[in-house]
Amino acid sequence: MTADRPERLRLTSICKRYGELKANDQIDLAVGAGEIHAVLGENGAGKSTLMKIIYGVTQPDSGTLFWEGQPVEIQSPAIARQLGIGMVFQHFALFQTLTVAQNIALALEADIDDTELARRITEVSQRYGLPVDPQRLVHTMSVGERQRVEIVRCLLQSPKLLIMDEPTSVLTPMAVQTLFVTLRRLASEGVSILYISHKLDEIRSLCDSATVLRGGRVVTHTLPRNESNDSLARLMVGSAPAPCVLELQDTGAKQLEVNDYCLASPEAFGVDLQDINLTVRSGEIVGIAGVSGNGQKELAAALSGETVGPHRGWLRIAGQTADHQGPTRRRALGMAFVPEERLGRGAVPNLSLADNALLTGSAMGLATKGVRRPRRMAAYAREIIQRFKVRCGGEQSIAQSLSGGNLQKFIVGREIGLQPKLLLVSQPTWGVDVSAAQLIRNALIELRNSGAAILVISEELDELFMICDRIAVITKGRLSPAYPRAQLSTESIGLLMSGSEGEQHA
Amino acid sequence: MLKWPLRLEKRAVPSGSLRLTAPLLAVLAMVITGFVVFSLLGQAPLQALKLFFITPLTTVYGLGELLLKATPLVLCALGLALGFRANVWNIGAEGQLTLGALCSGGVALFWAPALGNLALPLALVAGTAGGMAWAAIPAWLRTRFNTSEILVSLMLVYIAQLWLVMMLHGSWRDPDGFNFPQSRAFADGLLLPLLWEGQRANWAVWFTLVLALMSWLFSSQLFAGYRMLVSGEAPAAAAYAGFSERWTIWLALLISGGCAGLAGACEVLGPIGRLQTTISPGYGFAAIIVAFVGRLHPVGIVLAGLLMSLLYLGGENVQLELQLPSAMTGLFQGTLLFYLLAADLFINFRLPLASTPKVRP
Amino acid sequence: MSSDLFIAIFTSTIVAATPLVYAALGELVVERAGVLNLGVEGMMLIGALAAFAVNASTGHTGLAYMAAALAAALLALLFAILTLSLQANQVATGLALTLFGLGLSAFLGRNLAGMPAVTLQPLALPWLRDLPLIGPLLFRFDAAVYGSLLLYWAISHFLRNTRAGLRLRAVGESATVAHSLGQPVMRIRYAATLFGGLTSGLAGAYLSTALTPMWVEGMSSGRGWIALALVVFATWRPARVLLGAYLFGGMTVLQLHSQALGLHVPSEALSMLPYIATIVVLVLICRNPKTILLNQPASLGRNFHPDA
Repeated sequence: MTADRPERLRLTSICKRYGELKANDQIDLAVGAGEIHAVLGENGAGKSTLMKIIYGVTQPDSGTLFWEGQPVEIQSPAIARQLGIGMVFQHFALFQTLTVAQNIALALEADIDDTELARRITEVSQRYGLPVDPQRLVHTMSVGERQRVEIVRCLLQSPKLLIMDEPTSVLTPMAVQTLFVTLRRLASEGVSILYISHKLDEIRSLCDSATVLRGGRVVTHTLPRNESNDSLARLMVGSAPAPCVLELQDTGAKQLEVNDYCLASPEAFGVDLQDINLTVRSGEIVGIAGVSGNGQKELAAALSGETVGPHRGWLRIAGQTADHQGPTRRRALGMAFVPEERLGRGAVPNLSLADNALLTGSAMGLATKGVRRPRRMAAYAREIIQRFKVRCGGEQSIAQSLSGGNLQKFIVGREIGLQPKLLLVSQPTWGVDVSAAQLIRNALIELRNSGAAILVISEELDELFMICDRIAVITKGRLSPAYPRAQLSTESIGLLMSGSEGEQHA
Repeated sequence: MLKWPLRLEKRAVPSGSLRLTAPLLAVLAMVITGFVVFSLLGQAPLQALKLFFITPLTTVYGLGELLLKATPLVLCALGLALGFRANVWNIGAEGQLTLGALCSGGVALFWAPALGNLALPLALVAGTAGGMAWAAIPAWLRTRFNTSEILVSLMLVYIAQLWLVMMLHGSWRDPDGFNFPQSRAFADGLLLPLLWEGQRANWAVWFTLVLALMSWLFSSQLFAGYRMLVSGEAPAAAAYAGFSERWTIWLALLISGGCAGLAGACEVLGPIGRLQTTISPGYGFAAIIVAFVGRLHPVGIVLAGLLMSLLYLGGENVQLELQLPSAMTGLFQGTLLFYLLAADLFINFRLPLASTPKVRP
Repeated sequence: MSSDLFIAIFTSTIVAATPLVYAALGELVVERAGVLNLGVEGMMLIGALAAFAVNASTGHTGLAYMAAALAAALLALLFAILTLSLQANQVATGLALTLFGLGLSAFLGRNLAGMPAVTLQPLALPWLRDLPLIGPLLFRFDAAVYGSLLLYWAISHFLRNTRAGLRLRAVGESATVAHSLGQPVMRIRYAATLFGGLTSGLAGAYLSTALTPMWVEGMSSGRGWIALALVVFATWRPARVLLGAYLFGGMTVLQLHSQALGLHVPSEALSMLPYIATIVVLVLICRNPKTILLNQPASLGRNFHPDA
């Protein structure tokens, strides 16, 4: 904290445990008035837990919070808001079936009548350049617009401290700049901002000061302006991992062809896929970038065969028409699939790893003539655990006892172990620590080098630049052509993302 | 914000040992409740509990009755458990049982002479098929029209019962039965052979044991059992793996319907010996409790079925000896299920009373 | 059809539908808060028994309705403790509640079967009741019928126009989000569940004091389940619950008037009608999965734990 500002929030020795895991361990942190303070750390470093404690969503096991010099116990978000703390959630806290005004009303303490509320919403949104229509239903809005609703909701309560949890993961690069203008303006008016991110460029350009977390502990407090991306990364991770190496190689046959494919979403407020065209060949990794909520889930489900509804266009896997085939048939054609949710989709939480090996492994001889083969299941699980360095208590461990990163390694390992000709991976390293992420990425590259076709859907641009030969962008259910990586930059991808969504960075 | 007097902490992994002890705890709690209820009714509680839980088992006839009543309960519960494990909620076993009785009764009444020795097996098959057909309705409506199998299977209970009554008031009524709504008694050769003389339990017990074994094989050894398990534990994982939801629903409902139908057939071809307006004192519903108390596992179900059967016998016994209402049975059944659901809590949660000391400076 | 017959059919339809209106409107509120209580049938039976017992012993119908509401709400409390605080599976617990209510009411009501009781009398509405046609058609019901309409109005108003109603709907859509905004999820769900118990009790009371003023084991004969189906049929909207309930009421009275209407069908076949209609109606509504997806409270049946 810089000395010339009065102190707004101070945390001393905050601890929070979840079972065996120490999510926060003796955390100290101080934020001054009008300060933009970054909290950075890799996935699982304890950032989100800390913010939930400050916002009163969870309670610390021990430690003290001081608000403007006074010790406080923040037992609920309502109390946090009374103090003047507002939070913009990473996964929005919005009700889809309600209007903007209703969503905002639910977060306000006092009952304000509807016309007064609408007036205040319009006022705040104009003042900070965050246009929202109070009467619109949230489910009709884009992700960027929803974030604006979240911010306006916080601002209506004239907060003294605003917590932003990974706000840019839902924004196009241009919209990020607009957001920063708003945040700087708020800071200049004396609002403190806690800015949680793992994106180093953003932190260096926006934040006055930073607290770096690793494994639930504070590594250091620092001034990001005086740091480089490399030095910040080292603070976050401990040691910088070896970068991925992607050597150019010739591609082979078309393993996946999608032609003018249109598919309505089966979800209540899902995104419909429109005129998707895509080809993935043996020996290449194609990436699909996009701001979250633009049809990634729907595309993944359409390709995996989980959604086979009435559609237009066609889809071929390994040269065979697969439009109407479910996941089992598509697997038989040589496809494997890593879904974005691990617990409950990629793995059954209450079953052992050996049992989970059978989930997609029946064709590998883990079940023959309709009978399970427990020994083979265990052997296959053991093989994955060894090869992918899955940390667990052996193949009989229950899936939900594994950490996110280790379970992801297991699932990726299981699918790669099927020796697919075509692998579809959704969000390969979401919530995974850096070393596991690197192991997963290298495994994908190795699979590509051995001649498989790989499609990666990810919201992490950096990751796609690391491992992809070609990259396409998905926006509102439409997919751009895939361009070779060398022809693309963050800016050009940003343009593709916002191409049909100009209003998002208004 | 509610401040919880007890804070529950989710276990990282569900406790396996508690999964087995929870039903025992529930039974214990039920017995204690029984103690209290009997005291409140002005009875010597230990004496009444003895009459309820012990006396029925002291005679050979009583043991036969235990098996006799446990049979339809276990049969229905085996099928239901298969569905419950897969998240398919067939709660209309009572209706499927009624239809099973109706179909097997029809065969026994009208085709027995023509079929000769085959009449009994074919009547059993007809009963099973009838139960299946009745369960196929919710299966079809769920897979084709997305309609809740809970509500449909339940509505079909009432329809089946009314249908049976309609037949017995109409053309199936015993012409020499003084206008009583029941059919002619079946011929002797059409009844299931007794296990031994001097009691009423019959061959249905063997069918039940064989089905229990098959059910165990199915769920622990076969890939199909694994698929159903995954469908129940994590539907999204089942979709991801490509396990068809339709297949799961159809299989679960057909098997549970078939089991309930067989149970109905065994009732009319066994102790009842004819068609009458009431085939079961709610076996199909009590089987839901049996399935849960038995942890949806075949061995557990057999044990829970025997317990539940004992509750029926005990209820009858205290009615006879102490003039207490036989409805005690329903009361005990209901409380048992409640206690089990409450005890289940500790499988997934624990009370961190001393384990995490709270330090607040 | 003569006007007398028309009046008879119309009024008996309204009367037959009234328990459904109470039970389904209550369950609608419960479900809009994201809780699925399949124990309506059990709560109705307990309510019916409590009302009958109090009515038979005191002759005071107001007291009887209060007892019914209270008794059923106690059962709902049991459900709430198990599913909300103790995180038990809602489907299984609801089934348990029904089985328990069935057993408990049979047990407690063992001596009441066959006893005579006072029937709920029509409300004395002087002048109005004597209006030609309108009078016998609309102004000769008992207080509970008018009460059910009042309840309909109150619930519609509550859900549509009040902040508390908005909170309830929000909790039903996502308990997690509501919790992170500081809404008292548990308190709201407890309140909704208890309210549902209360109205189920009133529904039961109407059965045993007005529709068939006596006590018979299992006398609700599936009406609790039909009420559950009505909520789905109504796509969670109060006005359609009302419509649906009267439709079903009409079907149950068809039997009473079948001879006057010149229908010659076995009475059992007519008794089947409401159950068959329930199935048909469910099929019609659920046929399009999006209808359900868009209207069903998104967190329906899902447990929520503030710490998890």
